Order: sequence, then structure tokens, then C-alpha cells
Amino acid sequence: MQSFNDFMQFVFSGLTNGSVYALIALGFCVVHNTMGIVNFTQVDFVSFGGMLLYTSLFAVGLPMPAAFLGAIFGAALAGMLVERVGIRPSKTDNHLVLIFLTIGLSIILRGIMKILWGKNRMAVPPLTADKPVHILGATVLPQIIWILLLTLIAVAVLAWFFRCTSMGLCMRGVASNPTAAALVGLNVNRIKAVSFAIAGGLGGLAGVLITPITTLSYDVGVLLGLKGFAAAILGGFGSFPGVVLGGLTLGLLESFSAAYFSSAYKDVTAFGILLLVLFIKPQGFLGKGRH
Amino acid sequence: MSAKDKILYFIWLHRTGLTVGALGLVLGFYPLFQDNPYFLGISNLIGIYLIVTIGLNLFIGYAGQISLGHAGFVALGAYGSAILTADLGWNPWLALIIVALLVGLAALLVGIPTLRLSGHYLAMATLGFNIVIYTILIQWDKITGGPSGFAGIPPLSVFGMPIDDELRFHYVIWPLAIIFLTLALNLVRSGLGLGLAALAQNETAASALGIKVSRAKIQVFVLSAVLASVGGSLFAHCFTFVNPHSFSIFTSLELVTMVVIGGLGSVWGSLFGTALIVLMPEYLEFFETYKDIIHGLILVVVLTVFPQGLISGLRDMARLKILQRRDIAQH
Repeated sequence: MQSFNDFMQFVFSGLTNGSVYALIALGFCVVHNTMGIVNFTQVDFVSFGGMLLYTSLFAVGLPMPAAFLGAIFGAALAGMLVERVGIRPSKTDNHLVLIFLTIGLSIILRGIMKILWGKNRMAVPPLTADKPVHILGATVLPQIIWILLLTLIAVAVLAWFFRCTSMGLCMRGVASNPTAAALVGLNVNRIKAVSFAIAGGLGGLAGVLITPITTLSYDVGVLLGLKGFAAAILGGFGSFPGVVLGGLTLGLLESFSAAYFSSAYKDVTAFGILLLVLFIKPQGFLGKGRH
Repeated sequence: MSAKDKILYFIWLHRTGLTVGALGLVLGFYPLFQDNPYFLGISNLIGIYLIVTIGLNLFIGYAGQISLGHAGFVALGAYGSAILTADLGWNPWLALIIVALLVGLAALLVGIPTLRLSGHYLAMATLGFNIVIYTILIQWDKITGGPSGFAGIPPLSVFGMPIDDELRFHYVIWPLAIIFLTLALNLVRSGLGLGLAALAQNETAASALGIKVSRAKIQVFVLSAVLASVGGSLFAHCFTFVNPHSFSIFTSLELVTMVVIGGLGSVWGSLFGTALIVLMPEYLEFFETYKDIIHGLILVVVLTVFPQGLISGLRDMARLKILQRRDIAQH
């Protein structure tokens, strides 16, 4: 029985990280769908969300729900700002240059966060009290339940947004054909701004959810974000269900390899498996066979 | 053609060779005017990084591919040389060559499957590769020395003379860097180089013109990895100490910054970009605090204003101005 309980424990820990990877991966996808680029500032939205939560709780003194929503909203605003100030003035539509541009912007964001919040690691409190509950033999922190629940809600809201709102439908239009979308009068600039806001919000949500578990620092988002990127690729960039699947798979693989193989090399296993999948099935689990 | 025209034509025709020659002369006499070991150390560092960025620029600028993991290849070169020379007592030059060949082979194995993929897939694969190498360097401490690093690497030697100070290293690193620079300048004007340039513009069109796209990409990827490994080996022998933190993904990003600032596809641009990024912290005192922001800002501003890089961008702007002036003069 003990080994089954351990197994469930690893499942929960894998799903927790996997949900966070999935949220970040969705952020990568939304921007990729509307602009065709990988937006590396996504990794910093994660740290930024955590930082905003920390500041609004301790410096401003807001109650948890307000601080939580404020942090997500702030990260969404940051996303919009990045698009408006950083990406739009560029004169080029060369994807290579635009991707390097987001790398530059990401370096700047990290630099700003380092100056504003310093290099020290900080502790962020969880959403609700720290009393663990027992589910299927595993000991689960309330924060983990929050992560799973809020990820589910975020995915549902995103699905509703892209299917049922006019903005969401416009964004899908731009994703499938930007020129045609501009031709029928869709405001492509506004759509790009909104896609960055969504990406920022998703990154911020991932940040406020995971930093109570990982502790917070200005570069906490880098490794998390790159794993989110890996999840996006595993799931086949562009397909939302695929990306969520990719995130959860990566989280579970990582958790099991840390548990049964070696925790020191868990990043090696995670990225090793990613490379393997890329070699065998480059379009990812549910990607369209474009290659 | 008058004599003056002939001379001008000769200079124009041989502009690349003459510039390389001039650079060689300047660097050959540089230690006569600057014998401060500290400053020679800085210019040596530029030479080491230059070897890496030349290769990286061939890959990014000419083949139009993204690598965010070249620090991983540099690390393999550095630690490969360190282990072979310090632990196994090999000759440093032999170790440098063997390690470079092995790294080339590793790049071939990584490259064949990944280079089928375009854009972001390759970015992820190379990033993943870099993270894997970095983690192994930190964790496998029996062999690599772990986070505290690998000390006691012997210096290079030439005809029995140890290259153990900055002045001697200057006369080893810069001839090598200039040789690689010349090779790269020749490569980009050769059929392969022109094919690569075409490939960076449009893969489909390039392949329609008879360029073997995936083979060309793999060749240049392997070449860039070999150069990175050579740079890494020289780095290890120069400092006689290596540490995993010199080879994280942030170093890869710094290498990319050097290439992009100088100009994608401009070999001379790489020299400029590398020198700028290495020199900046020496001349800006407030730099340490704002290092990231300044690097990022330079990258963003250069890419926004001159997407083709600072050197190529300024050159194109100057050409345009000259043409405009001529146009006005004619009317």
C-alpha cells in the first residue's frame, strides 16, 4: 500500500507542475498563433506575476483575493505593454529577427525585475491555509488543489473565449490567415495586443500559483517557462488540447523520473525526452503534420 | 583606366584581403603599445569569443537558423580539453583537435534529426541541449568538479614554450582567430556560402535552385559546433580553470547578442559585436548593476532600427545617402 501512496503522491506532484507548464505553454501558443513567433518574454510574465502578488500582499497590504487578481491583471497589462512598446515599433516581419527581439525584451524585463525586487529569494504565502488533505492515499496541500482547479477554469475560459466571443473568433481568423484577416477589416494590431495580454495573464496566473511552492526570485520563470515552451512543442504548438496534454505529460514524466531514477538529473530527463520526441515526431502529440 | 583608378580598383578588388592584413598588422604590433596584461587579457577574451561567434554567425546569419545552445558546445570543448589534458595528460593541441572532432560528431547526431525542424523547434532543441549539458556539468562532480569548477588545466605550449602569460597567449589566439576569420570570409563567398545565404532568404527557392538544403544546414551546424569547441578548449587553457556557470543558457544568449548586434550574416559584424559586448563592462562603471538591461536594450534597439545589424545597417544607410546625393547632383 505504501508504494501505491507514493505513486499517487508523484502523480499529484507531476500534475501540479504539469498544470503550470500547460498554462505557460498556452501563453506561448496564443502569441504564436496570432504572430507566428515564439515569444520569450513569456518566461518573465511568470516571475512578474509572482512578484506582483508578493508586493501587493506585503507592500500594499491587499487581501489575498484582491492581490491574486491584481497580479494576474498586472501581468496581462505587462504583456500588452511589451507588445506595444517592444514589438510593434519594429520595422521587420522577419520571424528570426522578431524572435531575437523577444529575447532582448526578456533580458530587459529580467534586468528590471532584478533591480526592483533584488536578487534574493522570497517566500510567497499560498492561497489558503497550509493544512494538507488526504486524497487517494496522497497528502495534498490545498495550494495543489487550487492549481489544478484554477488551471481547469483557465482552460475552460480560454476555450469559451476562442469559440464564443467575437474577439476570440477574430484571433482565430488572424491565426489561420493574417492577410485575409486584415483584408476583411479585422484590426490586426488590436488582436496582437490582446494576444499578448492573454499570454501575460496566463503567465502571471502560472506565477502566482507556483511561486508559493517554489519560492520566488527574479529569474524563477526562466526554467519554468522553458519547460512550458517544451510542453508547447510536445503538444504540437497551436493545438490547445495538445498543449495541455503536453504540459501534463512533461510534469508527470519529470515527477516519475525524479522519484524512480534521479532527482539531480530530472531536468536532463525532461529535456532528453523532449529531444527524443522531437526526433521521432516533430509535430508533437496533436500537432498538424506540417513537417 | 588611369593609374589612380587602377589603384582604387586594386584596393576594391582585394578589399577583404587588405582588411584582414591590416587587422593582422594592428594586432601584431598591439602588444608594443599595450603591454598591460589586464588589457591584453581582455583582447584575448575577444579573440576566444570571436572564434565562437564566427561559427555561430555562419549558422544564424547565413543558414537562417536559431541556436540558443551554443554555450553547450563551448562547454564540451572546454571540459573535454580539461579532462583530457589535466586528468589524462594528453598534449593540449592533440586534445583540442580530438575534442573538436568529437563535438562535431555530437553536433551531427543532434543536427540530423533537429535540422529537419524549422524555427522554434530548433530553438527549443538547442536550448534543451544546453540545459542538459549544464546540468550534467553541475551534477557529475566526480568528473567535472561540479558547481565549484575544474581547476589545474595546463596551459598550451608551442615548441616546448608554455603559453602561460597574456602576451604569449595574444600571439597564439589572434593568429588562430584571424585564420578562422579568413576562412569564414572565404566560405561566405564560395558556392556553399552563397547557397547558405540563399537558404536564409527562402528555403524553397534555394532548394529549387539546386541547393541541398538540409545537407547545407547540417554542414554549417557541425562547422559552428567545431568552432565553438575550439573556442572552449582555448578558453580552458587560457584561464586554466573552468566553471559550469560560464556555459549556461545565458551565455548562449550573450553569444547570440554578439552575433545579432554585429549583424546577421556579417563576418566583420561578429568582430564588432563580440568586441562591444566584451569591452562594455570594462568602460561602464555602473555597468554591473544594469548589465542585463543594457544588453537587452542594445539588442532591442539594434533589431528595431537596423534589423540587419549595426554594421550592415549603418553601411546600407551610408550607401543610400551617397546614392541620394549623387541623384541630387545629377539633376
